[in-house]
This record gives sequence, structure tokens and C-alpha cells, in this order.
Amino acid sequence: MARIEAEVGKPKGGFMKWIDDRFPFTETMKYHATEYYASKNFNIWYVFGVLAFVVLFIQLFTGIFLTMNYKPSAAEAFASVEYIMRDVEWGWLIRYMHSTGASFFFIVVYLHMFRAMLYGSYKKPRELIWIIGMLIFLVLMAEAFAGYLLPWGQMSYWGAQVIISLFGAIPWVGDALVEIIRGDYSISDITLNRFFALHVIALPLALIGLIFVHIVALHEVGSNNPDGIEIKENKGADGVPLDGVAFHPYHTSKDLVAIIVFLMIFCSVVFFAPDMGGYFLEHANFEPANLTATPEHIAPVWYFTPFYAILRAVPDKLWGFILFGLSVILPLFLPWLDRSRVKSIRYRGPLYKTALTIFVITFFTLGWLGTQPAEPIYVHAAQFFAVLYFAFFLLMPYYSSIDKTKPVPERVVYHG
Amino acid sequence: MDKLKRIGSILAISACFMSSPLLAAGGGPALASADIDPDNVNSLQRGAANFMNYCSGCHSAQYVRYKTIGKDLDLSEEMLVDNLMFNAEKTFETIQASMPSKDAARWYGKAPPDLSLMARAKGVDYVYNFLKGFYVAADSPTGVDNLVLQGTSMPHVLWELQGYQAADFSRHENADGSVTTAFEGFEQITPGKLDSEDYDEFVRDTVNFLAYMAEPVRGFRVDLGKWVIMYLIFFLIIARMLKKQIWKDVK
Repeated sequence: MARIEAEVGKPKGGFMKWIDDRFPFTETMKYHATEYYASKNFNIWYVFGVLAFVVLFIQLFTGIFLTMNYKPSAAEAFASVEYIMRDVEWGWLIRYMHSTGASFFFIVVYLHMFRAMLYGSYKKPRELIWIIGMLIFLVLMAEAFAGYLLPWGQMSYWGAQVIISLFGAIPWVGDALVEIIRGDYSISDITLNRFFALHVIALPLALIGLIFVHIVALHEVGSNNPDGIEIKENKGADGVPLDGVAFHPYHTSKDLVAIIVFLMIFCSVVFFAPDMGGYFLEHANFEPANLTATPEHIAPVWYFTPFYAILRAVPDKLWGFILFGLSVILPLFLPWLDRSRVKSIRYRGPLYKTALTIFVITFFTLGWLGTQPAEPIYVHAAQFFAVLYFAFFLLMPYYSSIDKTKPVPERVVYHG
Repeated sequence: MDKLKRIGSILAISACFMSSPLLAAGGGPALASADIDPDNVNSLQRGAANFMNYCSGCHSAQYVRYKTIGKDLDLSEEMLVDNLMFNAEKTFETIQASMPSKDAARWYGKAPPDLSLMARAKGVDYVYNFLKGFYVAADSPTGVDNLVLQGTSMPHVLWELQGYQAADFSRHENADGSVTTAFEGFEQITPGKLDSEDYDEFVRDTVNFLAYMAEPVRGFRVDLGKWVIMYLIFFLIIARMLKKQIWKDVK
């Protein structure tokens, strides 16, 4: 540790000085990496932010190469994807990485969000990080939705048809809005073109901008930890938090291990099960879009199904749309819904623990229900779980404030 | 256009919200397993021959190149040209149907679908059961119907090999007066060139080849994947050691 600090503090000259006189390179590296201190007791839940970054990189990198061979036109899109899969050198790998990456983006982001709920990472002073994160999540949903139309398969087409038509439920402006989104009276070549533009330029730009702000905000207040203790409140004589270790090389070396484990799982899907039994690549999407025949059963990709189940649970189209939107937006208000005195689940009482457990079960069950056909039994089940979903958020101000919390220790718990 | 839009939304929404009755109507008997072996090159070669002889007259496989088949199925260029390429000149060409699809659409009401991705879109079990599911139906223009895809416009192309079979349905009257029919089994009416075991093998090889065409890179993908995972395990060990070394002073 001593040796590493000596390296960093070394007086510099030559090339690095030349750069630093013109651009704050060393200063930036210190601020964001070598002198950014995060708690030493991070557990597995703290790797998903970095992993989301890894997936973002995979998506951007493979996306660029896909764009080189993909044709955004209704007449050619489907065939160009098959061209990539069969005739472009390593095109199949690039495409499978991109399609698998889409699902993994959501897996990683859902776990990243769940981490925040476990350890109260959205609570003061990190409310803005959470809000920016929720905006990232919304943009990611739009990005995934736009991308899903591009292969121009049956599920691309009819999935988009169903979801876009939802906006028609909005009073007065609904129909006009739907036409603006589609650019046409039905989903067509024009829709595909604009979704392509959104998917490869507009939304990734927004995504990268928001992620940048997310990290700047995080590094301003500092990372939370599994104990929910502010490590900046216990600093040593050198001004370094006693429980903190530098992001680089400590957390980077730890994250590298996590990244490799993640890549092993990711590559297992890419190489051994790219369809994931129809969950990552839906079977019906291997048929080109057909405007005159719907697939037997339209279901959105798995990562939208919890919200989709809520949508279908409501018999009224407008209210279904409202509750669907609300279910996506509600987590944004967590910083103010949660009235608990403590952040971490470790020091929370039985009420929050029970509520969170029920919420996890609810989320998974809704996700499964969203993939099922809309038979009455499934719809009734979805109604039941939709109530639980909303109850978790809307009753939170009550149960989180009366919950019996445990005393929070002065310093973080670390067993080496 | 307005009409098209309305039809589109109605179709989409009805499929979504009421797919249960649709599914119930379309759901046939449980599919028997195709039980194919994608690593069996001999089976794939036989399947390729079956496909070119019996399917490619009407069905294209427009994304599949002869050259790729040759490379993956250990077939030389001469073997490809002599045995598989009936209406193509160069090995880089894709498989095109001999029958023009415009005429086909007029004759059958619907052009025969491209088969490049059929095994992936419908599943191998579906295709296997479809090819074994033709039975005599007097009221059908082709004289046959199919257990898996009721009302199909495809004639029983393989009748010469399989012969004709009849399907036994049992009628069951429900308490509310409605009638449900249940499939009981097939009964051979006229024999074909192949006995049922050989025909089963013929269909299995063909389905195996269809599955191959749906994703020619599958074999290579799985082989490469093993190396990738082995590399990552090796990398993981080194990364673990690095992490331990860097963290050893953290108390």
C-alpha cells in the first residue's frame, strides 16, 4: 500500500507535466480512481454498477459492428440480420453478444437497483444519484424497445404494435401521439427507420450522458456500503476515510474478478444457449414480420414482463396504461417514501425485511405472469400481485417509519 | 391506410388479450420429440439429400449457401454439384425453389414458406411431427390434412415414401352439449416404399438438416465456447491472485 502511494505522489516532469499543464489528467485520475475512497467492506451486491458498465461497453462495441452490416429498411432488415449471422465473418458472435447483452443489461441493472433497496443507497445524501439512475433505467427501456424492432421479425413487429398502440389510450392526444411515434398509420419502413435512428444515436447519447452524470454525482457524495454508514465521517489524520480504500487499485482488482466471473456466465449464454429457451431470442422472431398474421402468442421480452403483467391486469385500457406507467416510475420516489432512520437492511426491522421479501417474490411472479397467455387465472393472479407491488411503495412511508430498527455501529463491519 | 391500422391494432390486441381461446383452438396433441443428433454428419448428409430431392422443388432456403453446406457437411465441390445443386450454377449461390413463388401462391393460395429458419422458428419437434402428421381428409383440396397444422395447403409430398394414413378421432359430448374431438392415433391405409421405421429415420434426418440450416454455425459456436470458458477460468485464477496480493494489507 505504501509503495503505491509513493508512486502516485511522485513529483512529475516531462510528458505527464506537459499534459497536466494543459489538461487535468493526473488530477482527474486521482479524483475518480486512485484517491476516490470507497468502503472496504463491499460485498457481491456492489459489483453490478461496474458490470453495467461492462455490458454498456459490449453493447456499444458490438452495436457499431452490427450497424456496418445491418440495413434499416423493412424490405431488407430481416435478411440483413441473417446475412450477419451467416455470411459476415464473426457476425454471428457479434450479433449473439448484442442480443445476449440486451438481456444481461437488464439483469445487471435490476440487481444494481435491488442493491440500492437492500442498503438504502437512495437515501440522503444520494437521492439525486438514484433519480439519475431511474432516468437511465427509463432510457434503457426505450433503447431496448427500439432495438427490438430492428430485426423485423414477427415478435419485433407485433410486440411494437401492441406497446405503441398503448399510447393511444391517452385521452385527446393519444391517436396523434401514436402516429408521431410510428411516423405512419401502422408500423412500417418509416417506423423502422426512426427507431434505428433512436436506437443507434439519440438514446445511446442520452444514456452515456446520464451515466456520466450518475458517476459524477456518485463521486461527489461517495459510495454507500452494506452498513449504510458514511465513511467520510471517520477520517484519519491524512484526511482519508478510515474504512475506505482507493478505487484503484483496490476496487478495480476486486472488480476484475467479478468481471471475469460475469463474462463466464455471459459467454456460456452466448456460446451454449443464445436463445435462452426463447427468453432472450424469441422463437417467433425467426419469422420475418408479417402484417397479415399475428404470432400465436405475443409477449414482450422478459425484462418488460413484470410491468406488462400489471398493464394486462387492469381491465380498462387507459387505467392499465396509467398503472403500467406508474409501476415503472414509482421507484423514483423511494428516497421520500422510505422514512426509516437507518439505510441498510442489516439494521432495519422485521417490517421492511418482510416487505422487501414480498416485493422480490411479487416482481418475479409478475415477470412470469407477463410471459403467460392472458387466461383469467393468470390475470387474476396478476391483479393480486399488482396490488402487492403498489402496496410495497405506497405503504412504505408507514411501515418504514414504525419499523423497529437496530443501532447502527460507528464503523463498517469488515472481516478481512 | 386507416383501415389497415385498425385491423393491425385489433389483431394485435386480440392476440394479446384473448390469446387463450386462440391457443386452445390451435393447440394440437402433444408433440413427440424429434430426437435429432446435430453432430451426426451422416445424418445431416442424408438430410441434405432428402431436402434437395423432396423439399427444394417448392421451398427455398434463401439464406443458405451450397458452399457452406459443403464445408460443414464434409462434401466436396463435385459432390455438391452432382448431388445437391439441381438449379444452381455456382456453389456460393443460395438455395432457391424451382417453382416460382408467384405461381405457387396462385396454385396453393399461399407460397410455400422459406425453410432457412423454420426449425428455429417452430422448433424441431414441430417440423418432425408435421412431416409425420399428414392424414387422408376427403374434404381437403389436396386430399390430406395435417394433425399439427390443421388446414394446411401443403400436399403430402412424401406419400410415395410413407404411404397414406388415416387419423382416428374420438368424439366426446360434453355436459353443455358441445363436442370435443380427441386424436386417438394413425392407421396405415396404403403402404409406402419405406416401412414406418425407415420413414421415421428419413424424417429425422431431414429435420436434422433443417435444424442445421437454421443455424449453420451452431457446431463451431459450441466448440469455440469451450475454449473461451477455459481461457476465462485461467484468467480468473490470475485475477484472484492479483486481488489477494493487492488486498493483503487491508485490515
